[in-house]
Amino acid sequence: MRRLKKILLVLVLLITVCGLNAYANEPAANKEPKEEEFNVREFILEHISDSYVWHLTKIGDHEISIPLPVIVYSQLSGWHVFMATEIMEGETKDGLFIATEGKYKGKIVEADSLGNETRPFDISITKNVFALLFSSLLLILIIMGVARSYKKKPMESKKGFVGFMEMFIMNINDDVIKPCVGKDYKKYAPYLLTVFFFVFINNTLGLVPIFPGGANLTGNIAITFVLALLTFLIVNISGSKEYWREILWPDVPLWLKAPVPLMPVIEIVGIFSKSFALMIRLFANMLAGHSIVLGLTALIFVTVKMGPVMNTSMTVVSFVFSIFIGFVEILVAYIQAYIFTMLSAVFIGLARVEPHHKKEIEETKHS
Amino acid sequence: MSLLLPESGLLFWMVLSFGTVVFILTKYGFPVIVKMVEDRKNYIDESLLIAKKAYEQMEKLKADGEAIVDQARREQVKILNDATKIRDLLINDAKEKAQLEGYKLIEEAKKQILIEKEDAIRDIRRQVAELSVDIAEKVLRGRLEKKEEQMDMINRLLDEINISKS
Repeated sequence: MRRLKKILLVLVLLITVCGLNAYANEPAANKEPKEEEFNVREFILEHISDSYVWHLTKIGDHEISIPLPVIVYSQLSGWHVFMATEIMEGETKDGLFIATEGKYKGKIVEADSLGNETRPFDISITKNVFALLFSSLLLILIIMGVARSYKKKPMESKKGFVGFMEMFIMNINDDVIKPCVGKDYKKYAPYLLTVFFFVFINNTLGLVPIFPGGANLTGNIAITFVLALLTFLIVNISGSKEYWREILWPDVPLWLKAPVPLMPVIEIVGIFSKSFALMIRLFANMLAGHSIVLGLTALIFVTVKMGPVMNTSMTVVSFVFSIFIGFVEILVAYIQAYIFTMLSAVFIGLARVEPHHKKEIEETKHS
Repeated sequence: MSLLLPESGLLFWMVLSFGTVVFILTKYGFPVIVKMVEDRKNYIDESLLIAKKAYEQMEKLKADGEAIVDQARREQVKILNDATKIRDLLINDAKEKAQLEGYKLIEEAKKQILIEKEDAIRDIRRQVAELSVDIAEKVLRGRLEKKEEQMDMINRLLDEINISKS
């Protein structure tokens, strides 16, 4: 009961902070409409995409942001390592600058001999990379801490945070991975658990609007791409003979597979579409969640022109809806991690099918 | 559109950091936790089973103990009964023997008394005889103080002898 209260308290705090943040953004963005038309599309895109500095807020005309290192390999001039603040204000350093428009808008580019903008190999510690490193470290610390607690006192029932994590881990292990993968689930359980907690911690940190959180990491296609690719590799590497036979020579009437390999083609597309769906599902859900919260916040700035009454009432509406969406997003953070893990487990389970058609043939013979 | 294209830098860092996370957690993290939890679960199950067995054994021992106590009680009663019987028997025997002994003693006493009596009677007779002889002597002496009397006597006696001879 006490633990439940604690969790509730944390949730309420999270939501409150979320809402406060919506207001905190207000003065920063409120200045803009005076100078130019407030662009909702720009506002949202700026927040959900990557950037070279971690923008915190704007006090007066002074931008407050955390500088992050830029690491770039240019084919023309080799390696460059410097702080991103050096090129933030439209400056050029060693021929590198941030493109203001075109294909590479907002990215570091350099001009080649013909004057075209080209993209150097860019492994800068951007906002997303920093959030990724932070959450990876946090995840390792949490799980290794829990594991150490087990090594220290193996046969003891755990309380507090370790007890909560035990419940969480065993719930995913026993109720998701075990039934979905079937036998031999132990081989895949550590990877699937890692995926679950990686996605969950990044989803959750994405909802925290203050510094180490708030990056739209799982709503970035590069992240979901790597996750889906790993699942794709594991599913197809652990695929049994029966799995490949069902793809290449499925149990369908001969004309569906003999002259024109209709079913095999569909099945092969299916191999890729499964993982592709995994990638898009997580990406789109998290992106949409962030966009909705930002859109609701933008409502305040959009209605500024409509007079104080409209603006105030819409501010209240925006605040209430932000709280509601905040709750929904916490749910989504868990559900998306859960679904990603469950579907990965199901795909692995499906790829490890045992031959069953022989039995069926025997049964039909008997009947 | 830029949202749908994976950025090479982020891809690079994602592969690196997620690879590290997967490596560390699948090697030292989750297997340890899951194994420990399952070990503990097995341990608890086993302990419960052992406790149940111990309880059953205890119940059995208790029942056994009660049976033993019951039997002991029955034995006790039996032994007590036997003891009572034996005691009665012994007492009866002793009584009979004592009676027999008593009779014997009485008989002997009677015999002794009879002998004593006869002895006493014999003694009395002898003494009476002696006394009567003495008395007779004295009487005779009294009577035969004078000469004629003596002569009378002798004559009479002679007569008597003669009469008896004739």
